[in-house]
Amino acid sequence: MNALLKNREIWLLAAILLLIGLISTRYGAFASPRNLANVFNDTSILMILALGQMVVILTRSIDLSMASNLAFTGMVVAMINAAYPAVPVPLLMLIAAGVGLALGVFNGALVWKLGIPSIVVTLGTLTIYRGATFVISGGAWVNADKMSPAFIGLQRMQMLGIPLLSWIALAVIASFFVLLTRTPLGRSFYAIGVNPTASVYAGIDVGRTKFVAFCISGLVAGICGYLWVSRYVIASVEIANGYELNIIAACVIGGISIAGGIGSVGGAVLGALFLGIISSALPLINISPFWQMAISGSAIILAVVLNARGERRQGRIILKKAEAI
Amino acid sequence: MSATETPHGRHIPDRLDRPLRSAVFSWEALLIAVAISIFAVNSFASPYFLDAWSLSDLTFNFTEKALIALAMALLIISGEIDLSVAAIIALASTMMGMAVQFGVGTSGLVAIGIGVGLACGAFNGLLVTRLGLPSIVVTIGTMSLFRGVAFIILGDQAYKGYPESFAFFGQGYVWWVVSFELVLFLGAAVIYYVILHRTSFGRRVFAIGNNPVAAQFSGVRVERIKFILFCLTGLMSGIAAVLITSRLGSTRPSIAQGYELEVITMVVLGGVSILGGAGSIPGVVLAALIMGLVTFGLGLLNVPGIVMSIFIGLLLILVIALPIVWRRLMKERPA
Repeated sequence: MNALLKNREIWLLAAILLLIGLISTRYGAFASPRNLANVFNDTSILMILALGQMVVILTRSIDLSMASNLAFTGMVVAMINAAYPAVPVPLLMLIAAGVGLALGVFNGALVWKLGIPSIVVTLGTLTIYRGATFVISGGAWVNADKMSPAFIGLQRMQMLGIPLLSWIALAVIASFFVLLTRTPLGRSFYAIGVNPTASVYAGIDVGRTKFVAFCISGLVAGICGYLWVSRYVIASVEIANGYELNIIAACVIGGISIAGGIGSVGGAVLGALFLGIISSALPLINISPFWQMAISGSAIILAVVLNARGERRQGRIILKKAEAI
Repeated sequence: MSATETPHGRHIPDRLDRPLRSAVFSWEALLIAVAISIFAVNSFASPYFLDAWSLSDLTFNFTEKALIALAMALLIISGEIDLSVAAIIALASTMMGMAVQFGVGTSGLVAIGIGVGLACGAFNGLLVTRLGLPSIVVTIGTMSLFRGVAFIILGDQAYKGYPESFAFFGQGYVWWVVSFELVLFLGAAVIYYVILHRTSFGRRVFAIGNNPVAAQFSGVRVERIKFILFCLTGLMSGIAAVLITSRLGSTRPSIAQGYELEVITMVVLGGVSILGGAGSIPGVVLAALIMGLVTFGLGLLNVPGIVMSIFIGLLLILVIALPIVWRRLMKERPA
């Protein structure tokens, strides 16, 4: 029971249920299964991105370039689709994954081979990838009328009453769960986050593992590039501008420690859902959408404060008490 | 044995380089070389570049961000970071705009802008030092919170109607082509240089960045100094808010969007280690100048802003990567 109370996913789940309850008092239909399924579908892309970011954060790194990667990849597949409508959509998804992976490889290689801090590398590639999106598109948009019906329709296909996008999200969640809890690679992400030096002695190649983490976040961002563009039916230089911080926010709310080594698939998913519920509920309960930013900001700060209590390590604080600001 | 390896892999040489040698191969020298070459390329590429007014306009490209970068440099050297600086600008500008509606005069507006900045910085500092939270996450949160409050107040509206005398800060000239912003920045740079490189406070900032635990045991009040640094960063953001609001003459909640990343790019390009413990103010000033030169030069050539950002991004990675590659090549050469 005690262990259950210490489990932060349980607390987050309780917070989400409370949130849904509160919203239902203002707008009764919100808690209907139909609507909740819609919220899940709306949040799918954020969940997938948050899982990719989580793997990077676990290794004490950060990937600020995910949203730019998404914009670039989305533009590439949208332009291919506009120019050659005959190219089958599954192939386009593969291309998106490949392009995203390549951009992730670039980040990872700089972190691994040159030892540049990930925040510097991805700060640079954040602007480079988005600039490159402008270069390949010339600033032009790819609109709905230029996209093929299959390109737009694939993720909206219903299977068992649920759109394919949600199924993709569920599949990604399942594969990350298996990766992180059932494979040596997944465990090594945690290991180098908890203690890089001990990981070296345990035979883990820290640099290479970080490289793989960036490959995963790049791959995921690439796939989301296609999903985003076909979902919002527009590809432009501006899409998902600043979204990298939403992704990190979802991770933080989900209890993933920015110091590395702590976090779970469930946490990342719930963190993303928390943000998704807020953004979909505000218009329904007549709160101006302009409130959303401040609310998610407060949620992030609250989440960090609560998480820090759980993470605080014992000992080593001999002098802290003596000091007052 | 010519050198000692510490347990953390840090390289401690037996003797330091001679002053001339270390000056020639310093980060600042590299930046000066980069700045001169960009300046030269600009002069050849555009006939409009070498003109007193052009060069004066150039400074407006970086002074506001560079003011924040000065304080941010100290903060990053101490091992912390503040991602909320642009959001502080938005909130401070919104508060100033609100005050205008109540008929507050120019001096009042300046006080409000700087005061809001200082208060936001203190809020960040309290969260990080009192509650012991990681600054990168705290300031991602406050970044949404501060700008979010600006959005709540303003929505899709804009504040205008700033008094005429208020325009001086962002548009005025002290003498000929020398703008008030430039003078303010140069003055601030000197002050920050003295603080970081010539006072015991500055030495403590370096000590904290290199090893906070050792600094604590050496009697450095780590938390208090970090708190002061957050306040300084907030203060500089407030000053930047006054300048930008005055220059634009209006306030929207989306003002200064994305500035935080440009400020951090400036600091890192200036040779400040993102891991803390190393860096210099002259480096940051040079990096600010380089970013101004690149964006202004490309602007004269009608290169769109978003393409310029590619150059800034590449510059950031190249300037960091090249010395590493260079050192590696030198090491592989037989002695």
